[in-house]
Amino acid sequence: MFKLERRYERSRYAGLLVTTGSLLAALLFCAVILALAGANPWQTYVAMVKGAFGGKYEFSETIVKAIPLMLCGLGVSVAFRMLFWNIGAEGQLAMGGFAASGVALFVPQAFPNLPSWLLLPLMVVAGFVAGALWGMIPALLKAYLKVNEIIVTLMMNYIAVLWVEYLFYGPWKDPKGYGFPGSALFTQAAWLPRWEGTRVHGGLIFAIVAAIAIWLILARTKWGYEIRVIGENPTAARYAGISLARNILLVMLISGGLAGLAGMAEVAGISHRLQKGLTVGYGFTAIIVAWLGKLNPGGVLVVAVLMAGLLVGGDQIQITMGLPASVASILQGSILFFMLGGAFLTDFRVRWVSRARLPAAPSLAKATPEE
Amino acid sequence: MSIEPSHDQAAVRLVGITKRFPGVQANDGIDLDVRPGEIHALLGENGAGKSTLMNILSGFYQPDEGQILMDGKPVTFRSPRDAIAQGIGMVHQHFMLVDMLTVAENVTLGMESPRFVLNLPATERKIAELSQRYRLQVDPRARIWQLSVGEQQRVEIIKMLYRGAKILILDEPTAVLTPGEVTDLFAVLRQMVAEGTSVVFISHKLEEVLSISDRITVLRKGRVVATVEASAVTPVELARLMVGREVLFRAEKQALPPGEPLLQVVGLKAANDKGLLALNGVSLAVREREILGIAGVAGNGQKELAEVITGLRPSKEGQVMICSKDMTNCSPRQIIDRGVSHVPEDRLGMGLVPNLAISDNVVLKKYRRSPIARGPFLDRSSIDQFADGLIALYDIAAPGHSTAAKLLSGGNLQKTILAREISAEPKVLVAVHPTRGLDVGATEAVHRMLLEQRAHGAAILMLSEDLDELLALSDRIAVMHGGRVMGIVDAENASLDEIGLMMAGSLSQTAVEAGAALTEERG
Ligand SMILES: Nc1ncnc2c1ncn2[C@@H]1O[C@H](COP(=O)(O)OP(=O)(O)OP(=O)(O)O)[C@@H](O)[C@H]1O
Ligand SMILES: [Mg+2]
Repeated sequence: MFKLERRYERSRYAGLLVTTGSLLAALLFCAVILALAGANPWQTYVAMVKGAFGGKYEFSETIVKAIPLMLCGLGVSVAFRMLFWNIGAEGQLAMGGFAASGVALFVPQAFPNLPSWLLLPLMVVAGFVAGALWGMIPALLKAYLKVNEIIVTLMMNYIAVLWVEYLFYGPWKDPKGYGFPGSALFTQAAWLPRWEGTRVHGGLIFAIVAAIAIWLILARTKWGYEIRVIGENPTAARYAGISLARNILLVMLISGGLAGLAGMAEVAGISHRLQKGLTVGYGFTAIIVAWLGKLNPGGVLVVAVLMAGLLVGGDQIQITMGLPASVASILQGSILFFMLGGAFLTDFRVRWVSRARLPAAPSLAKATPEE
Repeated sequence: MSIEPSHDQAAVRLVGITKRFPGVQANDGIDLDVRPGEIHALLGENGAGKSTLMNILSGFYQPDEGQILMDGKPVTFRSPRDAIAQGIGMVHQHFMLVDMLTVAENVTLGMESPRFVLNLPATERKIAELSQRYRLQVDPRARIWQLSVGEQQRVEIIKMLYRGAKILILDEPTAVLTPGEVTDLFAVLRQMVAEGTSVVFISHKLEEVLSISDRITVLRKGRVVATVEASAVTPVELARLMVGREVLFRAEKQALPPGEPLLQVVGLKAANDKGLLALNGVSLAVREREILGIAGVAGNGQKELAEVITGLRPSKEGQVMICSKDMTNCSPRQIIDRGVSHVPEDRLGMGLVPNLAISDNVVLKKYRRSPIARGPFLDRSSIDQFADGLIALYDIAAPGHSTAAKLLSGGNLQKTILAREISAEPKVLVAVHPTRGLDVGATEAVHRMLLEQRAHGAAILMLSEDLDELLALSDRIAVMHGGRVMGIVDAENASLDEIGLMMAGSLSQTAVEAGAALTEERG
């Protein structure tokens, strides 16, 4: 029969081997599903890769989707580093988008003399602060009342998402929008600059700067050191006089703030209004991104692009091969599943043990008449 | 090499075992044989490779080179399961039990049979039989977290016997036991070898090794230095074999006039983890240039006392004064900043961050200050330099400062903590079992360092179960029992009997006399 055995030693290349192995296994698994759905797996994969990375336009669309994944993924990963399970990036993103839209829609009216270059910085601050404050609620509850953050962050997603929906269906709805659910278009001053001929916007710069900053914080600062110590051994952190509560609050400011920034970048870089489609699950996919990126800022950026490629490629095969886009979701899910399974296999090995080799019943036989 | 199977005397024989880890050769061509029915001790400095060798014998690690022979035939253990199938079982220094499960459940955990249906009553019956046969007292239905360390060790031993171990490996089993429990354990081991089981036993306590074992193998830097009959060696010779130089067993303690009290504890009351009163009105003072030893059987409030003083556990009543300032229930950070160092009992759980590098671990308490910190940044090169200095000064065996702490040997973990806490030049040092798990050479060095700190004016509170160590180092010894101080005696003219009585719960003679005088006065 098959048996699981803990590995007490790990081979040096286990990590790399397992990652590639898991990826291949996931592709193979999905190939079977594709075949069952009547599609040619190889062609489908080729179409997906082409659709996501095959040309300048395709690649630019992938980057567009990668931007919010990067920002949310970075935010989520700092919190995870400290064992604070923030799964509320989706809600924090929504609140960031809401606050940035509020600034874009109402500040120019209220302060007509405001220099127009100031509008975007104001939106950045508003987006970041709103996400951070939204993240602060579960952080305060956890730090001072020991309330489980998983539940709170998860539930607060729904509040935020529905609040935003209420706004663009209700009070903020554009009266000239022919009933379309969305706010009025922002003034041009509230638009993030774009790369020539693509939809890639300044949010990419935010993500790259954030990744570098987080790397610097973790590797080079006292605060990053505290985060690492807490994440690895909270008891030792307490023993060393590191305040857990203070760090939870600080980390969630960053974590929620980055997700909020993602929301700001979405409204200011892509839709130019608050509308349906702001919350399409980037905050949840970001959890996968953070995990597969091993919580490293660099890793998160790379994985975000690959995940975005999967999303864009999924849309593409819908068009070119007439397959449902959910194929991409299946692939995404199975990659995560196989990766986690693979991580398990670095710690355990599966072995075939024949019945004959099982250890004999305890050698107490002479003392006890066997039952 | 020719070994004829039928004439092999050994229960198991290790031939040319070599094991390398990145940057270290832990075992280097080791030959060792264990005979049926013998107690074979393994001695060696911290990091000599004892645990590694035993992990190979019990299937946790695979050797890079060399062979394990049983009945003259080579065997390969791919996992501990394979080893136990051949009758080889190991009890680790850090136990591997599941806290929330019962003794019986822990014993059957991971076994092939029963496969689906747990027949716990039958298991419990067998456990009861085993514990009777070897006088290993445990309640099969107790949950692990309810048991003392000594009892947990018995569970580990029963677990191995239950699986049919004929060769039992014990890695530093006595380090965590009280003297009474050590005597009990030795009686168990003698009973087991009388029935033909072999025991391999690792310890740093030479007297212990000489009294219990038949043969002794000494390792140094991964090689066998000698295998000797226990009856033919002295502690001094053993120490020389291990360390390669003479070891002074007695630290020279200068007489120093104590100064002002730096640590004062008055009427302290505090609860333990289970919410029961663990400190019930403890009062004591430690002065400048003084070592106050705390003696007592484990679980009588020592751990809680250390934690309350260092701010890790709230006190319900009473006061803690540090350098004449009331620091009762201050945060650990404030207490550290006041000049208090703490060597905790739990090394990997509290004292270190196992997954971080040695360099990150040695700055655990000073990363906030210059030169380690520069503004909000950390200065990597001064961290590394500081770590290298400590590694050299404290003789920590490690490939380098970036090695993860968890890869160090047991004794070197302890040295790393001591290096960090002593190098802070504390005003008050709270040291819990400071030399637990250290080899004789390192113990000597730590004793010297504690005395140096004392000479520099530190007030040292030393909690230990080793009475010899307490008597050798302390100026005064306080004995704790049931959350109270039973009495405080001068170490110089303390009698072991008196201390022993107080540890068992009777008040000290002086306290009794004082009490008698008081009643007389009143009467
Ligand atoms: N898994 C590992 N990876 C890397 N190095 C290791 C590992 N295990 C042990 N070592 C190193 O191998 C050497 C021998 O370690 P071992 O634990 O066998 O020593 P020991 O004789 O048991 O010492 P102690 O008396 O301190 O417990 C040490 O230098 C240790 O740092
Ligand atoms: Mg060891």
